[in-house]
Amino acid sequence: MSDVIQHSNIRLPEGSIEKQTTTLNLGPTHPATHGVFQNILELDGERIISAEQTVGYIHRAFEKLAERRPLYQITTLTDRLNYCSSPINNMGWHLTCEKLLGVKTPKRVDYLRVIVMELARISDHLICNSIVGVDSGAYTGFLYVMQYRELIYEIYEEICGSRLTTNMGRIGGFERNFTPLAFEKLEKFLKEYPAVLKEFENLFTRNRIFMERTIGAGPIGAERALNYGFTGPNLRAAGVDYDVRVHSPYSSYEDFDFEVPVGSTGDCYDRYLVRNQEMWQSLRIIEQAYQKVQSFKGAEAEVFHADVPEYYLPEKKDVYTKMEALIWHFKIIMGEIDIPKGELYFPVEGGNGELGFYLISDGGRTPYRLHFRRPCFIYYQAYEELTKGAMLSDAIIVMSSLNLIAGELDA
Amino acid sequence: MALTYEHIKQRLVEKFGEQVKGFEEPYGMLTFEAPKELNLKVLQFLYDDAELQFRFLTDLQAVHYPDDAGRELAVVYHLHNLTENIRLRFKVFTEISRPDVFSAATLYAAANWMERETYDFFGVNFVGHPNLKRILNVDEMDYFPMRKEFPLEDQTRIDKDDEMFGRGGSII
Repeated sequence: MSDVIQHSNIRLPEGSIEKQTTTLNLGPTHPATHGVFQNILELDGERIISAEQTVGYIHRAFEKLAERRPLYQITTLTDRLNYCSSPINNMGWHLTCEKLLGVKTPKRVDYLRVIVMELARISDHLICNSIVGVDSGAYTGFLYVMQYRELIYEIYEEICGSRLTTNMGRIGGFERNFTPLAFEKLEKFLKEYPAVLKEFENLFTRNRIFMERTIGAGPIGAERALNYGFTGPNLRAAGVDYDVRVHSPYSSYEDFDFEVPVGSTGDCYDRYLVRNQEMWQSLRIIEQAYQKVQSFKGAEAEVFHADVPEYYLPEKKDVYTKMEALIWHFKIIMGEIDIPKGELYFPVEGGNGELGFYLISDGGRTPYRLHFRRPCFIYYQAYEELTKGAMLSDAIIVMSSLNLIAGELDA
Repeated sequence: MALTYEHIKQRLVEKFGEQVKGFEEPYGMLTFEAPKELNLKVLQFLYDDAELQFRFLTDLQAVHYPDDAGRELAVVYHLHNLTENIRLRFKVFTEISRPDVFSAATLYAAANWMERETYDFFGVNFVGHPNLKRILNVDEMDYFPMRKEFPLEDQTRIDKDDEMFGRGGSII
């Protein structure tokens, strides 16, 4: 038996002659990896003894592209980061631009943004949690909630005409005002969704199989999670009460009353619970924001962007009919107006953690350097530690409960 | 007592003297730099010090300044003290001909992949990194694409003779 594979990290039991391990490529295109990333697992039977992750399969050079694009053209890049909650990325990018340009947004815009961002958070968490369900063998929950994510997408569609890559933000506000139908759909969602979420919880939270599969799977302690740079629900599940919305509020989050749910063990079950709790909190925030939006009367109730003609695009109907509007549109889109010099970092609470934009401007028409702090990229490197010693089936569920989105991972 | 930028600056200057310099606060974030040989010492000090406790590495990446001779590459660390909720930005500069910077991967586990990404795109050689190889690009690549020597085409360039598109050219 000369060709026995001997790995330094395998300790053979006393007296055993040989023990062979299996190398398994989980991914890059495997239904259980929910995207294109590869895990090279080394298995002893079904137990994982080491894992190596390979990413970069859909790398699209966003940061490089951003160096040749004026601010507005970068919006479309941010859409494609975490596409499960693209409005948050959009808003985060425009908030960064506004900070750079010194644009102050009206309160109504802030509240509308909060509504959109929280809707996006719900749809993100909803998909993540139901995928955890799928990976533990419960497909029904996933199919059931799809129609309610659909309601959210219909609201987006009313707001901006698009569903997945929304591109709905503008510097200073929104492209257009929310239509009455958008608010109607929002009301419908607010009315129907709590019962759905309750039912979703009933299906999973105390489900014996689901609990057995998730409790104790892929745990991470608070200290380790912080060292790994975890943020968002994954960090809060480990028991650290850190939320960008509370710690460095943006877009008037300080005006809202909500709690930050935290877990204790940082395992898959806690991550599931934290995300579910967050959906309830998001609903709370949306309700408050909607009330605030309704409290605006008269001309104030029509405000949907800041008055910054040098950055905010003119209305489309004017672009088609008025020469000045067309010129301004062109100037803004092609970046004929130089942006101020500066260097800033702006974080927002994305669907799965702190999404940061590090922007350096040298005073030209495009960023000199733009870096996205992408939470998924940071979570995935902890994957080996989370799965070492676990079973193969745990590897799948850990991956889905971290909410890894390939678009954000690779940028 | 709440931690202030003034106090952080004072502690750093006490510890490292004139080697830490360039203190400024663009858009409200304390920014400073140190010689690249000191990067780990500064990070360790920021991490360990009972008052400062910058235990969270938010972000790490590089910037290329081709015209700044001897300081072409900047490695930028964004650190966060979560208890006091205060952020700062720390930079080290290195020459592009010898881009060796000490790796912070043992101090912050988060730095591992971030440094790999920075190496991948800018070619910063993180000394002491456990596994410094490309992460988003293919292994066979022999250049560092985010450096400014590889510009993308300027969409607004005017030297193209493409009269068909209404730009430049001449109408006879």
